[in-house]
Amino acid sequence: MSAASRRTGATSAGRRLVRVASPLAALGIWQLLTSYDVNLWLRFEQFPTVVEVASALGDRIGTEAYWQDLGHSLRRIAVGFLLAAVLGVAAGTAVARSRWAADILGPLVEVVRPIPAIALVPVAILLLPSNEQGIVFITCAAALFPVLVSTRHAVRALNPVWEEAVLTLGGSRARVLFSVVLPGALPGIFGGLSVGIGVSWICVISAEMISGEYGVGYRTWQDYTVVDYPGVFVGMATIGALGWLTSTAVETLGRRVTAWLPRPTARVPAGVPARAAGTPASIASASASVSAVRRPEKEPVP
Amino acid sequence: MSTVSPSAVSAKPSAPTAPTASAGAELALHGVRLGHPDGVAVPGPVDLRIAPGELLTVVGPSGCGKTTLLRTLAGLLPPLEGRVTQDGEPIRRPGADRALVFQHDALLPWRSVRANVELPLAIRRVPRAERRGSAEEWLERVGLGGHARKLPHQLSGGQRQRVQLARALAARPRAVLMDEPFGALDAHTRAGMQDLLVEILRGTGATVVFVTHDVDEAIHLGDRVALFATGDVLGVPHPRVRDARQAPDTAALRRRVLDSL
Repeated sequence: MSAASRRTGATSAGRRLVRVASPLAALGIWQLLTSYDVNLWLRFEQFPTVVEVASALGDRIGTEAYWQDLGHSLRRIAVGFLLAAVLGVAAGTAVARSRWAADILGPLVEVVRPIPAIALVPVAILLLPSNEQGIVFITCAAALFPVLVSTRHAVRALNPVWEEAVLTLGGSRARVLFSVVLPGALPGIFGGLSVGIGVSWICVISAEMISGEYGVGYRTWQDYTVVDYPGVFVGMATIGALGWLTSTAVETLGRRVTAWLPRPTARVPAGVPARAAGTPASIASASASVSAVRRPEKEPVP
Repeated sequence: MSTVSPSAVSAKPSAPTAPTASAGAELALHGVRLGHPDGVAVPGPVDLRIAPGELLTVVGPSGCGKTTLLRTLAGLLPPLEGRVTQDGEPIRRPGADRALVFQHDALLPWRSVRANVELPLAIRRVPRAERRGSAEEWLERVGLGGHARKLPHQLSGGQRQRVQLARALAARPRAVLMDEPFGALDAHTRAGMQDLLVEILRGTGATVVFVTHDVDEAIHLGDRVALFATGDVLGVPHPRVRDARQAPDTAALRRRVLDSL
């Protein structure tokens, strides 16, 4: 092993240590503050301790209800988010590619977009026959706009040379769509999906709190109404873990399908989760650097 | 290229299309005014006939509308006035008959080198196995046999242009329109690419329109040289003969072309 790789190995072990130590330290401080009932303007007397929350979690994990709630929330997220992904990519592409779609959908999108998805609860109740569908509707509405807007931007930023190349090779409109537009826009689309999955979780939990019958959000709110504070924290921890899991899945998928993007290699030591290529910021910067390369060299007209 | 012998034609790799389809197209512009609908028109009507199998080079200063000419011939841009025809039929839209080779960065960056070369064959619905074999053969011909699985950004600029050549020629277009394809390459790579182009065009029978701002490149490659600024089309005394550079008639042509710029 060369000195350089030994050094990066050490760095990676060090960074891993920090990553584990940071949440442990946070838990330690939490435990101290709550077990000594500290009251320094912030009041920790009523706050459950880490140990209480952990034992509540241990109890809950053994029950069927916990897993049932988890399954309900996951299913709502999966259906709502997938719907949003399909609709958002389709609408975003249409708006970016067709003047008609831009004229018809553009104003509607801009008017509906600023409305928080959770404020659509009355609409969901009026429109949809069941609570379940309402929650999926809210989840979908939440993720739709980030996906739509980033798809629109990504499609507009495509290098026109790619499309012209495929056209002069005899490609049809459908060929251009599936061989140029969608693959070329994927880095931007995944930026939108990453944001969208986060917003989806916020809205599915809120919607469950308002109108759910099962689900992690519903259960957390129930625990609050019966003053079971450790239970509330179990709910929060569950939401955090699920959110982390699903956004990691989206990011991993995104990294995989955009593996063609030129990236600086060997900058991040192996073993450490690389500066996630799927995060919106880095996707934006990656596509920005790609589009910088893509800029047409010549103006076609004098 | 009109002097290609039949034996040279049969020496090429198994053609995925009928032999008749790979005969060169006749391209013509009749009183055409070039330009973008909402931009500035290129001055002067253009009348030009490019014979089947001919290699016509077009020289002119940067920004004089050479690219507009190619895009119009490709069918990407309708002429403001006049008619553009292929074998007498008006050109209305881009098609597989007329492949366009861009200055650079026209490969799809998410497709491997081989997948890029396979693209025109996939568009023509050539079966997968046949298309793979054909792409491999073309990559061998442009000297990139070992790079099939790489992504475009892993190649050098010259290598990428060789892949573009392979992609443009893989589906045996009847005309190839080249927009300063070697313009971004260094002088040494450029000479190698010119030799490669001559080599791989031999036997395709395709009509070629080659736009360049390099006078020596235009005189070396072309059967005829079109001077974009004046509209003159001059015959080249010794097309594609490297040793003819110092010949008096070549030197006279070179002076004439330089004077026109």
